Amino acid sequence: MTTTDDTSVSSPPRAAIATRTFRTDKWMRVPVLTVLGLTAWVAYATFRVFYQGDYWVADYHYLTPFYSPCVSEGCVPESAHFGRFLPDHPLIPYAALSLPFLLAFRLTCYYYRKAYYRSFWLSPPACAVPDGHAKYTGETRFPLIGQNLHRYFFYAAFLISIINTWDAILAFHSPSGFGFGLGNLVLLANVVFLWCYTFGCHSCRHIMGGRLRHFSKHPVRYRLWTVASTLNNRHMMWAWITLASLALTDFYVMAVAAGWIDDLRFIN
Amino acid sequence: MSTRTFRVWRGDDEGGELADFDVEVNEGEVVLDVVHRIQAEQAPDLAVRWNCKAGKCGSCSAEVNGMPRLMCMTRMNLFEEGETVTVTPLRTFPVVRDLVTDVSFNYRKARETPAFAPPADLKPGEYRMQQVDVERSQEFRKCIECFLCQNTCHVVRDHEDNKEPFAGPRLFIRAAELEMHPLDARPDRRELAQDEQGLGYCNITKCCTEVCPEHIRITDNGIIPMKERVAGDRYDPLVWLGRKIFRKGRQER
Repeated sequence: MTTTDDTSVSSPPRAAIATRTFRTDKWMRVPVLTVLGLTAWVAYATFRVFYQGDYWVADYHYLTPFYSPCVSEGCVPESAHFGRFLPDHPLIPYAALSLPFLLAFRLTCYYYRKAYYRSFWLSPPACAVPDGHAKYTGETRFPLIGQNLHRYFFYAAFLISIINTWDAILAFHSPSGFGFGLGNLVLLANVVFLWCYTFGCHSCRHIMGGRLRHFSKHPVRYRLWTVASTLNNRHMMWAWITLASLALTDFYVMAVAAGWIDDLRFIN
Repeated sequence: MSTRTFRVWRGDDEGGELADFDVEVNEGEVVLDVVHRIQAEQAPDLAVRWNCKAGKCGSCSAEVNGMPRLMCMTRMNLFEEGETVTVTPLRTFPVVRDLVTDVSFNYRKARETPAFAPPADLKPGEYRMQQVDVERSQEFRKCIECFLCQNTCHVVRDHEDNKEPFAGPRLFIRAAELEMHPLDARPDRRELAQDEQGLGYCNITKCCTEVCPEHIRITDNGIIPMKERVAGDRYDPLVWLGRKIFRKGRQER
């Protein structure tokens, strides 16, 4: 390929093409759908987090993930598996201990970064479409340099996934003994999806073995890395599935707790 | 056989415009075939760079209907019957003439990337590596240096001033290839990637991966692992604690 002796990066001009893009496909569709999807989810989650009701089904021990772990003095005592120590205030969510970390985990997630940079910040809205910003420094400065903290939030999210799993297991223990209903399936499916998303996280992939140079010296970590990599291949899919499963799980628990529907019971 | 309208950018560094050509298209042809027909029958002075016509040399990079592509790998049946096909040069690099651009920016950045550094105690011929240890690096060796990733990356495509601090995705996978290489002895690949190549400018929007004709997972397998390694060095509290407790070096090898 042609090269020149001139190594300056600013000298000869580019082709003078005024048209911003010649793309003829529907490149706006994905950013628009992303904005709609994320906005709808954030609106629902915000409403539910501050609603402070219908989060616990006493008969079957269903606890919605939006209130787990329930650590406010306002929590129903049976739903608070880890104690109640936060003050009961309308502006303090019952799960205020976990929600900020989960929010930060998703905000700094490599997939969501792509999604909101493209759709909300239009940086760029689509490939080979101008980003429309006069200046660009990426993730080199405050506040976006904070995206490097994804690792911290992954550690927290990993622990919270364990708590969600514990909640799903406890839900098999209804007041009359072992019980099993549609709500259990919903809670279990949500937990499985959460693990697929969390274990397939790029930070997890790195920690499991990606940071190594010699897989051959670490066969167990290599195996863990391959599992994380397999899940990571569909990280975007798991990101959206978990958003949907979290909202649907919460809605199901709310609907049962509020008495809008009865839980379909298989055993007890 | 059918006739299609092609709009091809003609010009040089002093200006140019789109020129229309009605041209014959046959079944099974690719965009480069049609551009060659235009050159043969209507515009003999049309400048176009090409070589292998097999998607392996990376010479015929251009933008077809706005998307960075190899012309030799863009089949005409991708387009609707009657759809006008617009072919323009790569926008990120200085134009030489018509569809030919000066891609020397990439070679300059490549020269700034330190080469493989073998261990001091091994001579050529004595290198021994497990396949499982080199697989990740081998993915990046598929790169044909078409520079479509460099062209589509908005960091330099939309911000000429970033060409100084930013090396681009092609050089990030070169850095990742060497960082993951089981025998590379250079300890400062991560610092170089972050401080000299401008890894922090990348905001993971994955356009480099989308346009790669070799389907290299540039972002997921190259850039993000490098970002994670940098984060491990500079920002991870547990890594820091582990090093203090176990008195380990910077990275397990």
